[in-house]
Amino acid sequence: MRITQGTFSFLPDLTDEEIRAQIDYAIEQGWAIGVEYTDDPHPRNFYWEMWGNPQFDLHNSAGVMREVLACREKHRNLYVRVIAFDSTRGFETTRLSFIVNRPAEEPGFLLKRHEVEGRHIQYTLESYATQAPAGRRYE
Amino acid sequence: MAEQRERYQAGVMPYAQMGYWDPDYEPLDTDVIALFRITPQDGVDPVEAAAAVAGESSTATWTVVWTDRLTACDRYRAKAYRVEPVPGAPGQYFSYIAYDIDLFEEGSIANLTASIIGNVFGFKPLKALRLEDMRIPVAYLKTFQGPPTGIVVERERLDKFGRPLLGATTKPKLGLSSKNYGRVVYEALKGGLDFVKDDENINSQPFMHWRDRFLYCMEAVNKAAAATGEVKGHYLNVTAATMEDMYERADFAKKLGSCIVMIDLVIGYTAIQSMGKWARRNDMILHLHRAGHGTYTRQKTHGVSFRVIAKWMRMAGVDHIHAGTVVGKLEGDPNVIKGIYSTCRDSFTHKNLEQGVFFDQDWAGLRKVMPVASGGIHAGQMHQLITYLGEDVVLQFGGGTIGHPQGIQAGATANRVALETMIKARNEGRDIWNEGPEILAAAARWCAPLRAALETWKDVTFNYQSTDTADFVPTATVV
Repeated sequence: MRITQGTFSFLPDLTDEEIRAQIDYAIEQGWAIGVEYTDDPHPRNFYWEMWGNPQFDLHNSAGVMREVLACREKHRNLYVRVIAFDSTRGFETTRLSFIVNRPAEEPGFLLKRHEVEGRHIQYTLESYATQAPAGRRYE
Repeated sequence: MAEQRERYQAGVMPYAQMGYWDPDYEPLDTDVIALFRITPQDGVDPVEAAAAVAGESSTATWTVVWTDRLTACDRYRAKAYRVEPVPGAPGQYFSYIAYDIDLFEEGSIANLTASIIGNVFGFKPLKALRLEDMRIPVAYLKTFQGPPTGIVVERERLDKFGRPLLGATTKPKLGLSSKNYGRVVYEALKGGLDFVKDDENINSQPFMHWRDRFLYCMEAVNKAAAATGEVKGHYLNVTAATMEDMYERADFAKKLGSCIVMIDLVIGYTAIQSMGKWARRNDMILHLHRAGHGTYTRQKTHGVSFRVIAKWMRMAGVDHIHAGTVVGKLEGDPNVIKGIYSTCRDSFTHKNLEQGVFFDQDWAGLRKVMPVASGGIHAGQMHQLITYLGEDVVLQFGGGTIGHPQGIQAGATANRVALETMIKARNEGRDIWNEGPEILAAAARWCAPLRAALETWKDVTFNYQSTDTADFVPTATVV
C-alpha cells in the first residue's frame, strides 16, 4: 500500500528539485521549516521524531535541503516529512506537511474489530510495522 | 420639562421625533450596529422609515407610552444615525442603526435576532427590508463560545495541511439502504476524499434508519483509514425532531468514534448553539448545512444577507458552513462570496464595500469557521476554485465523484490528484488562473481517472447572472 498522508501523496514522489521548490514557497511565506521521521506512520501518531529543531528566519532553501538529504541518508527506509510552521496570529500551526521519503515496502495497517453489545463495533488501527520492536521495523 | 411633557403626551408621534433618529449620534465601540436596506412605501420619508425600523427593533410601539419614563429610555432606544440612497437602486436606502449592548442577553443568538429581525420585517410602511450587515462589538462577541473546533484545530486533528479538504455528498441523497450507502462512503474515502457527507434531508427515513446508517458509515470510515493511513470522516447528520433525539444521535456517533457530526440550519439558532456546546464538550467537529437559507438570503431587497447568517453562525458555534462556490450550480457572485469567506475565516475583517462588507469586524479571538463549497463543481475547475476560495475550504464534489465513468474511487482519485497538482503548481509560482487547464492536462497524462473526469465534464459550467451582488461595483458572475 501507499500511505497518503501529507499534501502531495497522490502525486509521484517529488524529485529533489520539486522538494526545493516547495521549501522555497514556505520560506517566501515566512514560515519555519522542520524535518521529521518515523517508523510508525499511524495516522494519529502526531509526534514524529524531530531531525533537529525547525529552522527559523530562512533566506534560502539550501540549509533545509541539506537536512532533508542527511535525514533521508540516515533513515533511508523510514518515513521522512518536511513540515512548515506559521507563527501568525490566527494560525500558529502547521501550514504545509509533505512526505519526502518512504520505506521501499509499506506494510500498512491492520483494522481490528472489537465486537461489543448490539451491532456496535470498536475499531482499532495498528501499523503492521510496529508489530516488530523499534529498531527492527522495515528491515 | 415642558419639552418632556410634550414628548410623552398620549397619541401617535413620528418615530424620528420619538428619539429613534439621531444624525449626530456617534456609535460607541460597545454598540451593536446593523445596516438595513430599506424600501419605504411610496410617500414614506426614508428617515422616518429608518427611525421606525430602529424603534420597532428596540423599544418602541406604534404610540407614545408613559411607562418609557420609568426607564433610562434614551439609552435603550436604537438610533438610526445615517440614511443614504443605495447606488443605482432608486427607492432603496441604506440605513445604519446603533443598539446599546445592554439590549442583548449575553451569548444568545436567539435574543440578538429576536430584536434585530424580530418584528420589523413585516412592518407595513416598508415595501421591503433587508439586513445587509452587522458590526458586533468585541465585548458582546466575547460572550459567545464560537466554533467548537475551528479551522486550525480541525486541521491538526485530521493531520491535513496545505491544501483544501475534499468531500462529497452521498448520492442519490434519498433511497439507499444503509449497507449500500456505506459502500459509497467507503469507495469515495478510499479513493482519496477526506470526508463524505450525509445530505441535509437524510435523517431517519423508512429506507434507512439512523442507527443503521451510522454503523455502516463508521465501518466505511475505519476501513478507508486503514487502507490509506489517513484520518477520514463522514458527516453524520444528527438533525432530528427534538433536542433529545439530536443528543441521542450525536452521542451514538461519538461512541462509534466519528470525528464529525452534522446539523441543518433549519433546526434553529438555539438548537445550533446547543449542538455547538455539545461538540466542544465532546471533541467533535460540527458541520452545518445551510438548508433553507435561500428562502431569505437570495433576493436583494428583502430578507437577511448570507453574510449576516455566516456571522451569526460563527458566533453560535459551528465548524463548517456551506458558503458558496462561485463557479458551481448555486447562487454566488465572486465578490459577495469573498465577503462571506472573510466573515468565516478572518481574525479581523476589514470593511470592503465591493464585497458587501460594511464594517470592520474584530473577531476577538473567536475561532475560524471552515467554509464549504458544494454544488455542481468538478475537477476541471480546480484552478478557479483555488483562486477564488483559497486553501482553508472544503471542496465537495458529489456528482463529480460518484458520477465518474470509472467508478467512485476513480472519481475521488481524479479530484485529489487535480487538487494536489494545482496546489503544487501554485506553490511553485505558476500562474494557475491562466495555466490551470494545461496543468490539469499534464497530470491527466499519467492519471487515467483525471483524464476521464476532464473528458466527461469538460464543458459543464453554470453561467447565470447572480441575484445577490454587491451594490458598489456592478459585477457579473465570471466562469
